[in-house]
Amino acid sequence: MIKDITIGQYIPGDTIIHNLDPRIKIIITFVFITLLFFVGNYFSYLYIIAFMGLAIVLSKISPKFIIRGLKPLIVIIALTVILNVFMTQGEVIYRIWRLSITREGLYQAGFMGLRLIFLITGASLLTLTTSPIALTDGIEKLLSPLKRIGVPAHELAMMMTIALRFIPTLLEETDKIMKAQMARGADFETGNLINRARAMVPLLVPLFISAFRRADELALAMEARCYRGGEKRTRMKQLKLEFRDYGGMLITAAVCFLVIWSR
Amino acid sequence: MTNMIKTENVRFEYNTQSGSTSLALDDISINIAKGEFVAILGHNGSGKSTLAKHFNALLLPGAGTVYVKGMNTKDEKLLWNIRQTAGMVFQNPDNQIVATIVEEDVAFGPENLGIEPAEIRKRVDGSIKTVDMAEYAKHSPHLLSGGQKQRVAIAGIIAMKPECIILDEPTALLDPIGRREVMNTIIKLNKEEGITIVLITHYMDEAIQADRIYVMKNGKIILEGKPKDIFKEVETVKNAGLDVPQVTELCHRLSREGLKLSPDILTVEEMVVELCRLK
Repeated sequence: MIKDITIGQYIPGDTIIHNLDPRIKIIITFVFITLLFFVGNYFSYLYIIAFMGLAIVLSKISPKFIIRGLKPLIVIIALTVILNVFMTQGEVIYRIWRLSITREGLYQAGFMGLRLIFLITGASLLTLTTSPIALTDGIEKLLSPLKRIGVPAHELAMMMTIALRFIPTLLEETDKIMKAQMARGADFETGNLINRARAMVPLLVPLFISAFRRADELALAMEARCYRGGEKRTRMKQLKLEFRDYGGMLITAAVCFLVIWSR
Repeated sequence: MTNMIKTENVRFEYNTQSGSTSLALDDISINIAKGEFVAILGHNGSGKSTLAKHFNALLLPGAGTVYVKGMNTKDEKLLWNIRQTAGMVFQNPDNQIVATIVEEDVAFGPENLGIEPAEIRKRVDGSIKTVDMAEYAKHSPHLLSGGQKQRVAIAGIIAMKPECIILDEPTALLDPIGRREVMNTIIKLNKEEGITIVLITHYMDEAIQADRIYVMKNGKIILEGKPKDIFKEVETVKNAGLDVPQVTELCHRLSREGLKLSPDILTVEEMVVELCRLK
């Protein structure tokens, strides 16, 4: 199940899409998602499909992988489609018992289904092609104008970086503690939900304690390396807009225009 | 020779949970010269790590003074200068790596100092090469071995161009191979880059490689001198809860049995030469 979730995963690569400036990629994704709500008819979806298709082909990520990412969300998509099919008022074409399928319902259902599918693929394409570090950098840079009104952009980015850094470490640790507790007779696998939840306590307590100890040591190490917050700090990697970034923006703008114009 | 680190009658007390205080450092006065490789040896709880944290102002002395290249660590204005001059490497490599890519982590220190991006790039590439981790520059730290992680941590400190590096038991959590890698890196930094090294450790065989050793026990310096001189005092060293190197131990026991051996044998080779001479 966890393996199926492709949203949030990153597939390293060296394509135009991978190398786009993360700021631009984040903006394009947001514009794209917003744009989905402006699509007025099925014809406009052709532009969206073309745009999405171009991005996927350029990113060299296998479409199979993207479709797999939709799997865990199939229930939500199906529910949306079914509700729309039966709940929309209009010209009845078919009747099962008390439920009626209307022409408008079918139209609406397909419309909503496509919107959800593109929403998910758009968002997952962003994370599939952008490394967490680049993503964090992008978010930090995009939020930095908001520093003046008190948004802690640097601190948020630093927190994300550290969280990402420690996920594998803590997973490893969880595994170690689990084995240590199992060696002493702990049982994590049998019993009902309540028993299993209770069995997690001897796992979580040591994990939390060690996480706090790590945090303490890390803070000390960061201080020893002259960390004093975001002020006066420079970055090794400077984000610089290149030709491809302007190209990306231009294409996105064109698609926006076409979609809204064809409403 | 100019002083790199100098402490004058430093005392430090910890507050224990029961409300009483325990003395971690008791009247410590030491002097480390520029370019020296000094080891501070001690058993657990001897106060050696506490002392190390005084060398870059992570802790301030309760009484007495610590000078780093003439800068008083109590002077808050000099805090960042001091930390840049005296870099510190800790015991657990996992808990001192900040970023998710090796080169990003090495860049963390220089970024904090506000150095120009191009210069950071140069320093990062240079320091990664110095610790022989160039082929791992784009790797994720959690996939590296303990010794490699610790070398990344050292690279992160070198990139800040310190004149002195304090290593607080850098090999305690490593396997023998990792320990050797880290020790070789430390020695290289001292001999080739001329960086002053303060190595906090409880391993004898690491301490032998230093120019000078301080032995600590219960917050006090009980011995000071060249490795050869330190290990002549077999009984005192053992009293501090430490082991002497195997060869020294053998030499000590043989002399007790009446063999006339030179007391300053530290390596197997020296022992062989000495034993052959006996015939």
